[in-house]
This record gives sequence, C-alpha cells and structure tokens, in this order.
Amino acid sequence: MAYNQLVNGKKGEKHFLLGNEAAVRGAIEAGISVAATYPGTPSSEIGNTLSFIAKDAGVYFEFSTNEKVAMEIAATSAVSGLRSFTFMKHVGLNVASDSFVTTAYSGVKGGMVILVADDPSVFSSQNEQDTRNYARLANMPILEPSNPQEVKDMMVYGFELSEELEIPVIIRTTTRVSHMRGIVEFGDIKSQKGKTVEGKHYNRGYFNKDPKSYIPVPVNVIVMHKILSEKIEKFQNNISSLNINEVVEIKDNAKIGVISSSSAYNYAYDVASLDNLDMKILKLTLSYPTPYDLIYEFIKDLDRVFVIEEVDPICERDVLLTVGMNGLNIPVHGKLDKTFPMVEEFNCDIVREGFIKILNYTDENFSLSHTQSLEKVIGDLPTRAATLCAGCSHRATYYGVKQALKESNISEDEVIFASDIGCYTLGINPPYNAADYLLSMGSSIGDGCGFAVATDQKVISFIGDSTFFHSGISPLINGVHNKQNFIVTILDNRITAMTGGQPNPGMPVDGMGDESPEISIRELALASGASFVRVINPLNLKQTVDTYKKALENEGVSVIIAKSPCTLIKGFNKKPPIKVNYDKCKNCDSCINNLACPAISKIKGKVVVDTSMCNGCSICSQICDYNAFETI
Amino acid sequence: MVKDNYSIYICGVGGQGIIKTSTIIGEAAMNEGLNVVMSEIHGMSQRGGSVSTEIKIGEYKSSIIEKNTASMILAFEPSEVVRGLSKANKDTYLVFNTHPIVPAQIAGTNSYPSVDSIISSLKENYNNVYPVSGNHYAEESGSILSLNMVLLGSAVAVFNFPLDKENIIKAMKNNLNEKFHKMNLKAFEYGYNAIK
Ligand SMILES: Cc1ncc(C[n+]2csc(CCOP(=O)(O)OP(=O)(O)O)c2C)c(N)n1
Ligand code: SF4
Repeated sequence: MAYNQLVNGKKGEKHFLLGNEAAVRGAIEAGISVAATYPGTPSSEIGNTLSFIAKDAGVYFEFSTNEKVAMEIAATSAVSGLRSFTFMKHVGLNVASDSFVTTAYSGVKGGMVILVADDPSVFSSQNEQDTRNYARLANMPILEPSNPQEVKDMMVYGFELSEELEIPVIIRTTTRVSHMRGIVEFGDIKSQKGKTVEGKHYNRGYFNKDPKSYIPVPVNVIVMHKILSEKIEKFQNNISSLNINEVVEIKDNAKIGVISSSSAYNYAYDVASLDNLDMKILKLTLSYPTPYDLIYEFIKDLDRVFVIEEVDPICERDVLLTVGMNGLNIPVHGKLDKTFPMVEEFNCDIVREGFIKILNYTDENFSLSHTQSLEKVIGDLPTRAATLCAGCSHRATYYGVKQALKESNISEDEVIFASDIGCYTLGINPPYNAADYLLSMGSSIGDGCGFAVATDQKVISFIGDSTFFHSGISPLINGVHNKQNFIVTILDNRITAMTGGQPNPGMPVDGMGDESPEISIRELALASGASFVRVINPLNLKQTVDTYKKALENEGVSVIIAKSPCTLIKGFNKKPPIKVNYDKCKNCDSCINNLACPAISKIKGKVVVDTSMCNGCSICSQICDYNAFETI
Repeated sequence: MVKDNYSIYICGVGGQGIIKTSTIIGEAAMNEGLNVVMSEIHGMSQRGGSVSTEIKIGEYKSSIIEKNTASMILAFEPSEVVRGLSKANKDTYLVFNTHPIVPAQIAGTNSYPSVDSIISSLKENYNNVYPVSGNHYAEESGSILSLNMVLLGSAVAVFNFPLDKENIIKAMKNNLNEKFHKMNLKAFEYGYNAIK
C-alpha cells in the first residue's frame, strides 16, 4: 500500500492496513487539523505515517519533545475548536498524565482523541501497565477496538463522542491491535473545523477566553469536577441505548457468557467458535464508563460467566460488582479466580486452557514428540537477543568507558551505570554490562543525582539524544544546582533510533520534513553550568578514553556528548569494510569477547568478518593488539 | 463460524524483510476476496533479534496461530525454523533458507547446530521439509536484499498453497520499489523453481 492511498482513498475502497495505519485513515476521515506525538512502540507507525502524509492531508503534525507537550498541543487545539489527535505508548501517558487528567475538567470544543497503545507481554517497554486504569482515574470514556477496521471506525466515532460530551476520548489499543494487519474498508472524509487561512495547509481555530472553565484554581476546580462527574453519570445511564457494545451469539440460547474486549475478544471468539461451545459473548468496545445495565442484562439468566481481558482484572471487578449489587448467584471466572493468567498477553491456546479448566472438555490439540537428534538441535539453538548493529557508535562509547576505567585503575564493579531507554539500553548485555539501574525515560540523570547523594561510588549515566530532549534537561540542571558529582554521557547519534528513526530537536528537520532550527546539546549543557563539557567522536577510541579519564578526575557534573550518527540514518556514510589478515591474527579472541559485534564471528576456529554487515567503524582495528584488521 | 483455512508463520532475524513479504501475501489474499489477518512484531527485536509474523487466511479474528496448527513455516534462517516448531505439526510445510546467521558469540556463550543436522533431524520428524539456498539465489538475482522474494517464491510453489502466483506478483508490484522490480521478480522465480 502506498501511503498516499490513506489520503486519496475513496469511500468503499478496501486496503490491507496495519492497525496504526488504520488510525491515521480514521483521523483523516474525522477531519482532524492537528496531530502531535512522541514516538513509542507499539504506537510509532502512526507518527511515521503522518509525517509522510500530513501536508497532503491538510494536517499539522509534529514530533513533540515529549508526550506531555504533545498532550498540550492537542488540548489547546481542541479548545480552539479544531479536531485534534495525540497518541503515545502506554507509558507515554504517565509522562503526559498531569495535563491529561486536567483536560477532562477543562473539556474541549473540537473533538480530541488520545490513542494509547498498551504492550501486554512487554515486547518493547519498561512496564506492562493497563491504560484502562487511567480512564477511571481521569473519568474519561475509553474505546477498545479489536482490529484495524474497528480502529478506523472508533477514531471516527471517538471524535463524535468527544464533541458530544465536550471531553477528550481515549482509544486503547494493544500491541496485537496496533500491529495487526487486516482488511479496512474506507469511509467518507469529513471537512475540517475552523477556518481556512491563505498560505496555511491546515485550518485554524479560535480560542474564546473563559477562565472559569479553563483555569483550574480551587474555586473553579470544584465546579469543573462536579460538571465532569455529572456528565459521565448521565452518559453512563445512556450507554445501553447505543449500538456500540454488542452481543455475539456462538450458539442460540447459550447458558455460558463471555465478556471481553480488544485483542482478548479475538481469542475468545475464535476458541468459542472452533470448539463449538455453548456460549454468547458481550463485546465491550465502549468499556468505561462501565455499562453496568448492559452487563446485568447479559448475565442475569446465565449459568456462569467468563471475563477475558488483557493485563488487569478491571472488567472482572465490574462484573463481580454487578453480581453483588444485584444479589445474583453466578460464578465469575477470570484472573481473580486464576482461570486466566494475571500477566502477559493472551492467545487462543491460553484462553482454551482456561475454558477447559472450568468446562472440562477435551482438547483435540496434541503435542508432538521429537526424535533425539532433533531434541539435540533444539538444545543447541543459540539465543538470539537484539544487539547493537555492526558499526553502532554506542558500542564504541561503552568500550571506551570501560577502557578509561581500566587505565584509571577503577574497577567496573565499583561504578554505577545509570542507564536510560533507547538502543543503548542494549548495553545491559555482556560484554558491556553497562546498565545497572533504570526507571523511565530520562531517569538516568535523576538516578545519577540520587546515587551521587546516596553513595560514594562513581556514577556514569548514559542517555540518548532524543531521551535527553524528552526529559533529561531538568535533572541535569538539578545535578549542577545541587552540587552533585557524576558523569553524564549523552549518546548523540543524531536520531531517535530505537523507535524507527524519528527526528528530534537536535536535528535540522521537523516532523513534516521541513527545515527547522537545530537545538545544540552542547550549549544546553554549558547553560546548565556543568563544570566539564566535551564533545567527542566515539569512533575515535583514544579521544574517548582520554576524555573519560579526565572526567573521572573532575569534581561536579561532567557532560560528555558522544556524537556520531546511527548506521540506519538515510545517507549514512558507510566506510569500506574491514578484513582479517590471518598472518597477523593470533586467535586471541579479544575482538570477539570485548566487542560482540554482529559482523565478527568465529567460524571453524577463525575470526571472520561478514563484509555485507560491516560498516567500517574500525573499532576492531583500533583495539587489536596485533593489527590484524585491515581495510579492504 | 471459524473455518479452518491456511496459516503461515514467517520467522527469521530482524532486518531480513519479513514484514514486507508477509504484507504481500496478505494483500494478495485480500485481492482474492479472502478474509485475512496478520500479526507483526515491531520494536526492539528488529535490532537483530528473532522476529516473526503470523498470517491467517480464513474467517479468523485472532491473528496469532495456535500451537501445532500452522500450514506452513517460512523461515529466513535455518535455526529460526527450529525455534518456530511449536506452531508445526507433522504435515506442516517447513520452507527455510539454509544460510545461517550466527549470533554474536562471546566466550563460550552460544553454540550453533550445524545446518546439516538441522535439515536431517527435521526430515526425520516432519513430512514436508524444503531447504532453499536463499542467499545464493538472492545474490544470483543481483543483491542479497532480494532474499525475501526468493523465499516468497518458494512459499508460493508449495503444494496446495492457496493463493494464485499472478496475484502475488501483483501485490509485489504494489508493495516494492519499482526500481528493483526486475531483480525481485528474478529472485521470486528462482525461489519458485527451487521448489516446483
Ligand atoms: C515514556 C516513553 N516514551 C517513549 C518510549 C519509547 N522509546 C523507547 S526508546 C526511545 C527513544 C530513544 O531515542 P534516543 O534516546 O535518541 O536513543 P537511540 O535509540 O537513538 O539510541 C523511545 C522514544 C518509552 N519507552 N517511554
Ligand atoms: S539502530 Fe542505530 S543506534 Fe540502534 S543499534 Fe543500530 S546503529 Fe546503534
């Protein structure tokens, strides 16, 4: 599929879309004017797609410095009467949460949708939190689509609902919804709110002042909170009359009920159908405010009910509440009674296992036994974890730091490596072992401050350029102002690599591909007052080692900016590959053991460089005691 | 009602072009009027870790293949076909590239079974085992970057593959850079003929 089909595609056309691409089409159909995000798996492709097509679609799009700013861009656009869209991964909502909760109080004029992508089983995240808790915290409606078609449709519906209630609406996806590809039928594209302005590619709104509604000082907040809670209560009493939540009959007159939503619904439906179970399913797409009336009507004549949901037992508690408040006597099976696991994502096998525990039917599925020789092969399988790319400058930085510690007679074991989130987190793996503590984006510097306060150990923090702009600046100021003593390494690889290569404020380009001012990390570090600020090229090993040795002797906050582009950047200047001179190689394995570069392996007792992978970074030739690596 | 139909588990190493290959198959299925859902993994594992996609053609809602039920495992790397075996049964078609990618090993942390032992032990246990010299054909076609199209060709050539070859080629055109179409087509045919 070409991206422009998302803009130009007509009603009725069908395309094979990723959930995240379907979200973009939904936003365009809904007539959004403004979209803002900070990238994060599994929501990143929404931003990547928008950055290609925003201008053609007549939409303003930005990669904001962090999720909180993105939330504020969307909120202010929506109170100015435009439809606005912000999206992030689940933990992004933690960053945005302070403004997020208050947006429900101050409300919106144009529709505002906040898409939040959860990551059950934690494919790429720092925790497994469930965004449905936030809907309850903020008292904001939440929609849970289960496939790409529903993602698109819920985007359109979400904007309508948001305008009707005059508050933002959350769309919760999971990795398996955002990264599911399926057939999506397009609808009509609505025109944007606001006014067209000569020379501007998207419509502009107008902000009408109303401090009583928009300024949350205590006298106002009390009123704002009351209005919100009455609004939600009224809406809750109405949900039964909407068509959004549906009952799917697997068999007529079924006596076993299933209540489910999102990706979990797909597994429940497939297993109930494949195993031909005596079931009907209440599919909750609008799951908060909790549709208690609907749940009561659905369960009241059942023999038992299963609640199938991913991550927290939230709906299950609502069902138990319905059972209790109405004096029903119906068993409820879910996570709390251990029918289903409490953590990680589900699949059909897990759902079937839960059904079998309670319903005692036999599973036709079988397991295979293998011959001994295959068992041996399985036993010999190598682990294949993600690794830093061949030629990645992060590897060079880690090697240089270790070398500087050695030459300064400081044991690595005595140094605390405060790490952060990005490709460089892969430094947790041997042989680097350069990640000891990590909480969240930007935490490496705050943690550095804390360890400097709490211990006499040396502390070295590692933070990427994008992460530094996201949330590293205020803790740096904290460290200098509070006279703490540690080293901050800013791994400036000129991109936001881990999430697929989005621009960040350190680059001369913005989210729509336009030229934009480049913010200097060095000048920010100098402005913070750090006593030692150096920019190094980490691929120059000697310079790296010497700089760290000096920093290790410095008192106060030292900032080392290791600047060298990521190998995946378009136009990356790939150098000629390296080869081994076997007359010189002594098979000491130092390169193998100290670099763990994917381009270097030991095959049949010889060190071999895979020239198709090698980027010619030359770190191996800089560390080899026998000069056995040569440029081809 | 769910009709049992055709499911393909595609696996390999991050960066081998697995998602593109899967999308082409899915889009061809859609164009033939079939229902299709597919699951992709993006994110951290794309940096050289094990990756997989799952395609289910038929009236399914879930895009994750149940254990022992895949119609085909298409692996871009020989050790990865073994890692995917929980999805297979005796009749599952195992189509895989024979060129190993040995993960970075540091002092004694990783072994790698010989490719010959992988092939022979699979043949002992499964009825439809199809090793393909994928890297060789890709290089013959002009670039290692066409490896995914070699393997796509091999998949399509398998007995009972549910989609029409011409529809796959059409979907290739819609999803790949036009500049490389000739090379990709050549690679596709190499892979196809390796099995047919
Ligand atoms: C709050 C939050 N937002 C977003 C993410 C997703 N995420 C993981 S790493 C990363 C950025 C990494 O970029 P950078 O710091 O430049 O390091 P690089 O990957 O380039 O080495 C992002 C956005 C996250 N994990 N947490
Ligand atoms: S994508 Fe870039 S930053 Fe990430 S491991 Fe590869 S070279 Fe390093």
